[in-house]
Amino acid sequence: MKADKNKYQSRRDFVKTAGKLIIVAPLVIIPVFLAKKTSVKGYVWQIDPLKCTQCGQCKTNCVLTPSASKCVHAYRMCGYCDLCGGYLRQGVKTISTGAENQMCPTGAIKRKFVEEPYFEYTIDEKLCDGCAKCVKGCGDFGNGSLYMQIRHDICVNCNDCSIARTCPSNAISRIPASIAYIPKDKR
Amino acid sequence: MKKALPYILLLLLLCWHMVLFAQDRFPRPEFESGHVYPTNQMTAPRAQVWEYIDVLVLIAALAVTTWLALKKRSRRGLIWMSVFSLAYFGFYREGCICSVGSVQNVSLSLFNTGYSIPLTALLFFIIPLLFALAYGRVFCAGVCPLGAIQELTGLKPVKLPKAVEVILAFVPFIYLGIAILFAATNSQFIICRYDPFVGIFRLDAPYTMIIFGALLLLSGIFVNRPYCRFLCPYGVLLNLFSRFAGKHLTITPAECTNCRLCEEACPYNAIIPSNTEQKSEDPQKSRKRFIIYFLMVPVFAITGAILIYNLAPAVSGANSTVRLAREIRAEKKTGIESELKNVIAFKESGKTEEQLYTEEESIIERFRKGSPWVGAFLGISFSIGLISLTIRSKRTEYKPHQGKCYSCGRCFKYCPIKVKI
Repeated sequence: MKADKNKYQSRRDFVKTAGKLIIVAPLVIIPVFLAKKTSVKGYVWQIDPLKCTQCGQCKTNCVLTPSASKCVHAYRMCGYCDLCGGYLRQGVKTISTGAENQMCPTGAIKRKFVEEPYFEYTIDEKLCDGCAKCVKGCGDFGNGSLYMQIRHDICVNCNDCSIARTCPSNAISRIPASIAYIPKDKR
Repeated sequence: MKKALPYILLLLLLCWHMVLFAQDRFPRPEFESGHVYPTNQMTAPRAQVWEYIDVLVLIAALAVTTWLALKKRSRRGLIWMSVFSLAYFGFYREGCICSVGSVQNVSLSLFNTGYSIPLTALLFFIIPLLFALAYGRVFCAGVCPLGAIQELTGLKPVKLPKAVEVILAFVPFIYLGIAILFAATNSQFIICRYDPFVGIFRLDAPYTMIIFGALLLLSGIFVNRPYCRFLCPYGVLLNLFSRFAGKHLTITPAECTNCRLCEEACPYNAIIPSNTEQKSEDPQKSRKRFIIYFLMVPVFAITGAILIYNLAPAVSGANSTVRLAREIRAEKKTGIESELKNVIAFKESGKTEEQLYTEEESIIERFRKGSPWVGAFLGISFSIGLISLTIRSKRTEYKPHQGKCYSCGRCFKYCPIKVKI
């Protein structure tokens, strides 16, 4: 009886060790296999402004409200126009800072006179909700100096970016955290 | 030819001019007043050091939880550990990065070129598994923020009927299989997308997920840890690793006296009672059943493989490219112009339909390649579950089931045996 029990016990031990080895194997194999495919630096999500179609989904699909994706102005590309496609609604009667003339629904774009005939447009990021209307307007009628970027002080860097998942033009992808932004005026 | 040369040169110059000034419809201003361009403040993302500090916190939290569960045997300590993890990994780190979701990063980088897994994600995947292999599911006990929020809200535990529990416990296997398949085909990360509690950590989520999370928490008051038991895909791996744990939490600090006081203690049905009083079955009969079930393993595996293989084209709709191709095909068929944003963006992109269709075909092909493995995995897990029903071992004490036990320490206070440490 005692010998029998020992026999079972040793068999059970054998099964246990075998199982343990089988299970540990992938834990060892996976890191070895991934050794070359591991990045020490990590990733962040960013919008490629050249792929972006200004569909407006950044505003609604980010897990944060307001969205972490905001409008950025590449000043060096801007024409400093009086009649700005990004600032003014299409077909406005007067060129003024009146709310009814502005493209931006939250009034986040500020217009400032620089010198004749130039006006400077700056973005108040606290007000910007990432609707991309101004970006579309600027791209359609102007130099395309307004563009969308994900701001990393707001972005929580989800494992699965929910605007990237629904982005119709696949403009959002992971980029190395050391790069972080894809500025339009530095290309 | 010589005559045409000036014209060609002129054309080239014109083209060059167009390339240079393609962006600028309006010339850039030359300021006379000496106006300088403002600069954009592009705030840098969170420093990398912090990601590695997260890993250190994870290791420290696991070590402390192990000590509290196995050595100190303090339920109160484990609860405080849960509070800490909920605060740090949950509300401070806002639920990202977590070990549960890291399964997908591993799968994505294993089966795709062009994505290298961040080292932190790999560590978050491996370290809790190593701890499970050494000390059981201590990760669930007090480190996982998803487990912590449910542990802290599980106030009035009610036991589920065993049959319901066993059937529902198969759901995580399916969830894990599908999540790995979707990540491997670079489609989407469903574990992150349908994470019920991350919305609570961020205090912001789509309303459907808030409702789902709230319902889970509410039901969790009575049916404790519903996500861990019936959904968590990482739990499947922890369960497997914990079964072979070197050391594991015990109900009693010394020798079990079979007093049966702890019988009703575990809300997860994870205490295996001793069966010294039970009559054992005819060994011949149970051996026969074992052999039959063992021979059924390949049958289940192949059935599962075939089943999921046939589902592959339907399941591939999870990939946005496949969905887009289907939409365009439907548009062609019905003649009604689609108003979907991705269809409009596709038309603007200048890609041809043939390109899209070949891309779609290659993605479906990848689904076809991966899905039999998922099916086989499900079949094998199912048949191993069956086999485990036929194995009866003699047990002389009350012990936690190493796979199912979350090391939460609820059973400690039920044991009358006290040992001074």
